[in-house]
Amino acid sequence: MEKLAENKIVEDLLPQKFGRQGQIWVVSLLAVCALGFYAYCRQLYYGLEVTALRDYASWGIYISNFVFFVAISLVGSLITAVLRLTDVHWSTPLTRIAEIIAVSAISFAGLIIIVDMGRPDRFYNLFTHGRLQSPIIWDVIVITTYLFISLLLLYFPLLPDLKIMIAFKERNGKWLQKLYEFLGSFWKNKPEQFKITDKAINILSITIIPVAFAIHTVTSWLFATTYRPGWDSTNFGAYFISGAFLVGAGGVLIAMYVFRTHYKLEKYITDDHFDKMGKVVVLLALVYLYFNINEFLVPAFKMKKSEEEHLMGLFTGEFSPIFWFAISASMLIPIFILVFKKGRKPKWAFFAGILVVVGSWFKRFLIVTPTLLHPFLPMHDVPKSYTTYIPTWEEWAIAGGSLAGALLVITFFARIFPIIPIHETIIETDSHEKA
Amino acid sequence: MKTNENSRRDFLATTLLAGAALAGCGGNPFTPDEVTDIKPSGEMVKLLSVDGEIIEVDKAFLKPVPEMPSVPNAEARIGIPGKKFAMVIDLSRCKSVKKCQSACNHMHHIHPGQNWIKVYPMQESEKTAPYWQPTTCMHCDEPPCVKVCPVDATFKRKDGIVLIDSDRCVGCRFCMAACPYSSRVFNWEEPQIEKEIADKPYSCETSVPQKKGTVGKCDFCPDMVRQGGLPHCVSACPNGVFFFGDILEDSVTNGAETFRFSDLIKDKSGYRLMEDLGTKPSVYYLPPVNRNFPFENNEKA
Repeated sequence: MEKLAENKIVEDLLPQKFGRQGQIWVVSLLAVCALGFYAYCRQLYYGLEVTALRDYASWGIYISNFVFFVAISLVGSLITAVLRLTDVHWSTPLTRIAEIIAVSAISFAGLIIIVDMGRPDRFYNLFTHGRLQSPIIWDVIVITTYLFISLLLLYFPLLPDLKIMIAFKERNGKWLQKLYEFLGSFWKNKPEQFKITDKAINILSITIIPVAFAIHTVTSWLFATTYRPGWDSTNFGAYFISGAFLVGAGGVLIAMYVFRTHYKLEKYITDDHFDKMGKVVVLLALVYLYFNINEFLVPAFKMKKSEEEHLMGLFTGEFSPIFWFAISASMLIPIFILVFKKGRKPKWAFFAGILVVVGSWFKRFLIVTPTLLHPFLPMHDVPKSYTTYIPTWEEWAIAGGSLAGALLVITFFARIFPIIPIHETIIETDSHEKA
Repeated sequence: MKTNENSRRDFLATTLLAGAALAGCGGNPFTPDEVTDIKPSGEMVKLLSVDGEIIEVDKAFLKPVPEMPSVPNAEARIGIPGKKFAMVIDLSRCKSVKKCQSACNHMHHIHPGQNWIKVYPMQESEKTAPYWQPTTCMHCDEPPCVKVCPVDATFKRKDGIVLIDSDRCVGCRFCMAACPYSSRVFNWEEPQIEKEIADKPYSCETSVPQKKGTVGKCDFCPDMVRQGGLPHCVSACPNGVFFFGDILEDSVTNGAETFRFSDLIKDKSGYRLMEDLGTKPSVYYLPPVNRNFPFENNEKA
C-alpha cells in the first residue's frame, strides 16, 4: 500500500451520499422488495397454494434460497476469523465487507424460512413447544448464535471508526450524528478500551469458527438426516461447508469490485487484493469440486436402484442443463479464469465472482428439489401438477425480494458506515511505515 | 383403568334407563322437554341394565346417543391403554377398487385430488409380476417424521399410532421430507370443507377438520377403534384386503374374517415395506400369491 496521510485516509473512507447510480440502485432494489412483499401478502392470504410446491416437491426455491443465504454468510467467519487467527493481514480492508454480507445474509436466511412455513403465525411454537431432537431446533439455535456473534464482530471494530465519524458533525446531519453517538459515544480511544475490544474480538473470532461450521453442517443435516436418495449422505456436512466458503468468497469478490469502482477505493482495495482473493477462490473451488466428485461419482459408480433415477435426472435427464451449468459456473470456469494471473485482475475476478454466486444459487436448487421428485415409492394417486416443480411468479418474486433485501441492507450499511475500516487501515499503514 | 372402561358403558346404560324411566312416570322433572310427546309404539326391545339385568324398553323411547365426544387432545396423545395396533394388507386380494381411498377421503374430508391412502401399481422389475399395493401411513415404531418434528406436532402414542396435532403444526414440512413412504400430504390452501365441520374444534383422533398450512396423513382412525369399530378403509374394502387389530391380542380382522396375527404373518410370509431403513412399520403386507384377481391396470399413465 502506498504511503497515505491519516486525514487523507479518513477523507477517502468516510461513507458517501448516494450518487445518481446509487439512487437508481436503491430504488430498483426497493421495487423488487416491494414486489416480493406483495407476493408474500398473496401467499399469506391464499396459503402456499400460490407456490408450485406440492406434496412431492414440498420444498422448493424458498429452501434453496435459505441454504444459499446460510452458505454465503459463512464468509464472515472465513475472512474475519480464519484469516485473522492465521495472522493474515492483507484481508483487513475486506473484513467489514465480509461481516456485513454475513449479517445481512443470515438475517434473510431466518426470514425466508418463515416465508416457507405453512403457519408463520405459529412461529412462537418453536419456542413454546420446541423439541431438541429436531435438527430444525438446532438450526434455530446455531443461526441465532451466529447472527449475534457476527453482529458483535461487526460492531466492535466499528467503535474507533464511530469516534472518527462523530467528529464530522456537519457532514453527518442530525439523524446519522444521533445514531453514531448512540452507538459509540462512550468510545474514547483509551488503551484499556482497545485492550478489551481486542480481547473480545479474539475470543469471538475463535468462537465463530465452530458456530459457522455448525450453522452449515446443521443446515446440511436438514437433508442428510432423511433417507432420501441424494440426501442420505455422510459427505453432506463437509460438502455444504466447502461450498459455503466458495460462494461467500465469490460474493466478496463481487462486493470488492463494486465498492472499489463505485467509491473510488483503488488505493485501499488494490489489484493485489483481487489477486489474493482470486487465489483463495481457486483453492475453495477445488475443495468444493473434490466434495462434489465424492458426492456424485461414488453413488454413480454403484447406481443403486433408488439413486439411479435421481442421478440420471441430474446427469442426463430433466435437471441436466441446470446441473452442468451449476457445476461449470460455480467451479470449473472460475477455476479456469482465476488460475491465471490475468484472470485475477479486478474485472475478470469480478466476472468469476458472479459466475460462482449465480452457479451456487442454482446448485442449492439442485440439492433441494430433484431429490424430492424422486421418492422411494413412485409418484402416484396425485394430480398431474404434483409431479413437477416449476416455481410460480410469487415464489420468484419472494425469493428475488429476499435477495434484493439482503443487498439493500449491505447498501445502506455502506451508506451509513465506512465499508473499509478506517482506524485499522491507519494502523496498518503506520505499521507498514515502521517496518 | 377399569373405571374408565366402565364409564362409557355406564353412560350408555344410564341414558337408556332415563328413557325407560319415562315409560313409568311422564311427569319426571328431569325429562328433557322434547321427549315428552313420544307415544309408546308397543314394540319392546330387550336391553342390559347397569346391574346386569335384562330389561325391556319401548322402542319409541330409545334415543340415539349423541355422538360420543372425542377424547381431549391431551388424552389423544397418550393413546388407548394396553393396545398395540397393526394392520395387515393382503396384496393377493387387491384389485384397486379404491373403495378404501374414497371412504378415507370422504370421512376425513380430504382435499380433492389428494389421498391419504394411495394404491400403487407396483412391479419390482421387468420380469416380475405386477401387483396393486395400497399404502396407508405405516405408523412406524421408529417414525422418522416424529424424530424431525420441531414442535412435537406429530407424535407416537403408546398404542403405536402416529398422529398429528393440526393446531400445533407450523407447516415446515420436514416430516414430509423425512417420510420414506410419501404418506404425508399438505393442506396447501384453505381446505374445502362444509362450514359446519370446518368450525368444529380439531381432534387428533379424527384428524378433522384439516387446517390450511398444516400436514395431514392416515391416522388409523383411532376414533373408530375407540368405539370398537374398524378404520374406514377396512370396512369399506369389498375384497377384505385390510385387516386391523391389536398385536397384543394377536388378532386381526377385516370385519368378516378374523385371524391370529402371528399365524397369518407366518403362514403367508408377511413382510413390511423398506425394512432396511429401520423404521419398523406397523403395517404388514401379505405377498400377492394365489391371487383373487388378475392384475389389470386401466389407469391413465
